[in-house]
Amino acid sequence: MMETMEPKTSSTKSVSSRSLPSASPKEQMNIVIVGHVDHGKSTLVGRLLADTHSLPEGKLQAVKKECERTGKPFEYAFLLDALSDEQDQGITIDTARSFFKTKKRDYIIIDAPGHIEFLKNMISGAARAEAAVLVIDAKEGVRENSRRHGYLLSMLGINQIIVCINKMDLVKGNQTLFQKIEKEYKKFLSEIGSSPPLYFIPVSALHGENLESKSSSMNWYHGPTLLEALDSFNKAPPKSDQKLRMPVQAVYKFTKQGDDRRIIAGRVESGKIKVGDKVVFYPSNKISAVKSIEAFNALKKTEISAGWSTGITLTEEIFITRGQIISHETNGPSVSTRFRANLIWLSKKPFLMEKEYKLKIHTTQEPVRILKIVKIIDASKTGSLKGKKQVNRHDVAELILETRTPIAFDTFQENEATGRFVIVDGYDIAGGGIIVSAEKDDQEDFRAEARLRDFNWIKGGVNQEARAQRLKHHAALVMFVGKAGVGKHKIARAVEKSLFESGISSYMLDGTNILLGVDADLVWIEATQRELVRRFAEVARILLDAGHVVVSTTNAIGLADFAQVQALLPNFPIMIISIDPGSQTNSASDLTLTGQEKESKVVEKISELLRKNQIIIS
Amino acid sequence: MELLDQLEQQSVYILRESFRHFERLCMLWSIGKDSTVLLWLARKAFFGHVPFPLVHIDTSYKIPEMIAYRDRLSMEYKLTMIVGQNVKALEFGKTFPATQALPEGDPNKISRVECCGLLKKDALANTLNGTWPRKKLNLKTGQYEIDPDKQPYHGVIVGARADEEGSRSKERYFSPRDKNSLWDIGDQPPEFWNQFKTDFAPGTHVRIHPLLDWTELHIWEYIKREKIPTVSLYYDQGNGTRYRSLGCAPCQSPIKSTAKNVDEIIAELKSGKLKNIAERSGRLQDGKHGLEELRREGYM
Repeated sequence: MMETMEPKTSSTKSVSSRSLPSASPKEQMNIVIVGHVDHGKSTLVGRLLADTHSLPEGKLQAVKKECERTGKPFEYAFLLDALSDEQDQGITIDTARSFFKTKKRDYIIIDAPGHIEFLKNMISGAARAEAAVLVIDAKEGVRENSRRHGYLLSMLGINQIIVCINKMDLVKGNQTLFQKIEKEYKKFLSEIGSSPPLYFIPVSALHGENLESKSSSMNWYHGPTLLEALDSFNKAPPKSDQKLRMPVQAVYKFTKQGDDRRIIAGRVESGKIKVGDKVVFYPSNKISAVKSIEAFNALKKTEISAGWSTGITLTEEIFITRGQIISHETNGPSVSTRFRANLIWLSKKPFLMEKEYKLKIHTTQEPVRILKIVKIIDASKTGSLKGKKQVNRHDVAELILETRTPIAFDTFQENEATGRFVIVDGYDIAGGGIIVSAEKDDQEDFRAEARLRDFNWIKGGVNQEARAQRLKHHAALVMFVGKAGVGKHKIARAVEKSLFESGISSYMLDGTNILLGVDADLVWIEATQRELVRRFAEVARILLDAGHVVVSTTNAIGLADFAQVQALLPNFPIMIISIDPGSQTNSASDLTLTGQEKESKVVEKISELLRKNQIIIS
Repeated sequence: MELLDQLEQQSVYILRESFRHFERLCMLWSIGKDSTVLLWLARKAFFGHVPFPLVHIDTSYKIPEMIAYRDRLSMEYKLTMIVGQNVKALEFGKTFPATQALPEGDPNKISRVECCGLLKKDALANTLNGTWPRKKLNLKTGQYEIDPDKQPYHGVIVGARADEEGSRSKERYFSPRDKNSLWDIGDQPPEFWNQFKTDFAPGTHVRIHPLLDWTELHIWEYIKREKIPTVSLYYDQGNGTRYRSLGCAPCQSPIKSTAKNVDEIIAELKSGKLKNIAERSGRLQDGKHGLEELRREGYM
């Protein structure tokens, strides 16, 4: 094959293939190119593509001709410009992808913008990379985004990093300067607790030195070229040997299409799952066993491991919704409402203390707020700022976050896929982060109690799903809360009655009845409140297990106790109805009423809520 | 895990996310190899079913075999098949083929790019938002009928690949389009860790790209592995030419190739014979910035 390419300055050992037919499909690796604006990322990418013969025929000549015509000096970066915005501004705005190959594997290059304005695009590109090349201009040295990008790569969990000190031609291949930058950058990374990059390579992207071929002008450098360094990197080992994590993505039943399988779909993020496995759904503590592994146009499997977007059916049907993590009885994920996280904020609107946001982690989404700002790190410099009350755009922060209800997760260290999250503000992803540790909340002990009880619960011959099919609804707890005298009891009674008349097995559990009997031995002092709540929840547990929609009303247990009730009843849906004559909408409740509404209206609203939460089987 | 499996599994994950988050979801089907692979992946994701409608924008200039293949597969897979068209432009002859004979400079002459704008971009936008009538295939009779559903689609699954051309390489998996179907390339939302843009303002929609990471070679290797049926236009029928990319007949020229089946296409792609020729080179409307402008304005 004839190619007319740039003459090489030197050519010692070349690792790139001349695009020979490869044994396909070959291994593929995503790499991201990051660094401060104008440090030469796009030139480096352009040159790599040219030197590895990855450009369409005639592209190089065409761009050169165009440059001659317009009187602009030719730049390798022009080879990448796809969009007129970027051509106009001469900077990379969004991550573009290009492809090249070596003998070892195919690479996808993600060229990330270096301008601070486009940090969200840099993150989007870097988050999908398996290795990174960070470019630093030899003349300018370490700049703001050299540091910020370095910090973010470490936060994103990318530890295969090459630092290219670029434009060495402009500093006459000065070794001392190279070593000075290397030392300064290593020092910065160690101060923020990041591990040092694997390689520092002096390059000239413009002249193609130490990219594909060794530099002849920098004889003092004995390390690998950029391509050799990249080829020395490894793909992440398969996660099949780790603990099982399969977040439930959806539950499918295509009955109308004549398919009766009830398939729990999701991707096995780590570990493996086998037919016959006893599996636990976290945080609900529900237990079943794997009956089959389902797939379309594929051989039937009895075991499936990390990486597969699969579907399973269960031996005992249980009511499962999206967001639960499938794991085993031991080695399950953490469950809490609180965790410590490192986060990068990308939105123009700051991340505020008092506001509620949407957390998206694996397949769960849940209201979340900042419980505490531990510190804000200025990633562009070193050191941290304390005492800030909000997280601004491009800030990196260590926070404690609190979700409204408990979620299942891992630390990022333990499991990447279940240990990282994004925060949504309005319609937009506003920031993202990784979980550093699970934090205990006040319900930890009750959660442990519930887990022990649920894992050892002796089941009768009729399971919950069978009851639900007979009754045409699942069990649920509808809790009326509000001050004494607002009319909770009256409304609850009416709701119980009309739900019953519409065919729902409803039962009103009045707190007074529990006080009279189950709690008769307790003398009420403040310290016994948690015991009162515990007993209430355990009584409700039995009624829920029997399949009823429990409508509860009590003055003794209020909104403040909700978290405890929930910790004790992780496997049943709970709906909170606040009765407040001032109709102050409470974000913690599912519905707020004034107590003055017509009974029929209240029943209608609650039925709607039951349908929305899939309690009523339609 | 093999590369084709990795690509397949990520696409399946994306398809399931879109089905979960978009109540009004559809998939564009151009009958070409990419969107046909996409349709196959949907059946993988939903265990043999396709739980959302497929939308085809019929310019009336498609090669007849494509339409026959569309309807045959729709019946076989029991698809909800929706067809949209710019009926007015066709009626008044406002198309490139209809005005081709007019002299240069005639104000009524419609260029190739303008024609794409009318028959594809406008037809797509108005079919998606429900302004123009949609036709739906009756699976009992095999005939198309006016679809009573006029609700807009909020999630639109598209078979675009990043390696096709420049502007596609900057797409997200979930890429928002505003009320006028415009794509703001300069200000795209962040997307990482498989957390996608699934919240959207009323009146806007999100384009979903499950094939973003696939290349042309992956598509053919997957067609081979899965034995996916494709139209014969992709293969040389004996005259030494075949289509590499399918569009409208008047703006589509075949390439010189004697590849007669999937294996030969794969061999051809790997041999490097086509390596230096852009995939869409036979698409005569692509021009300098033509496609990029069309794409910003809502073209797929």
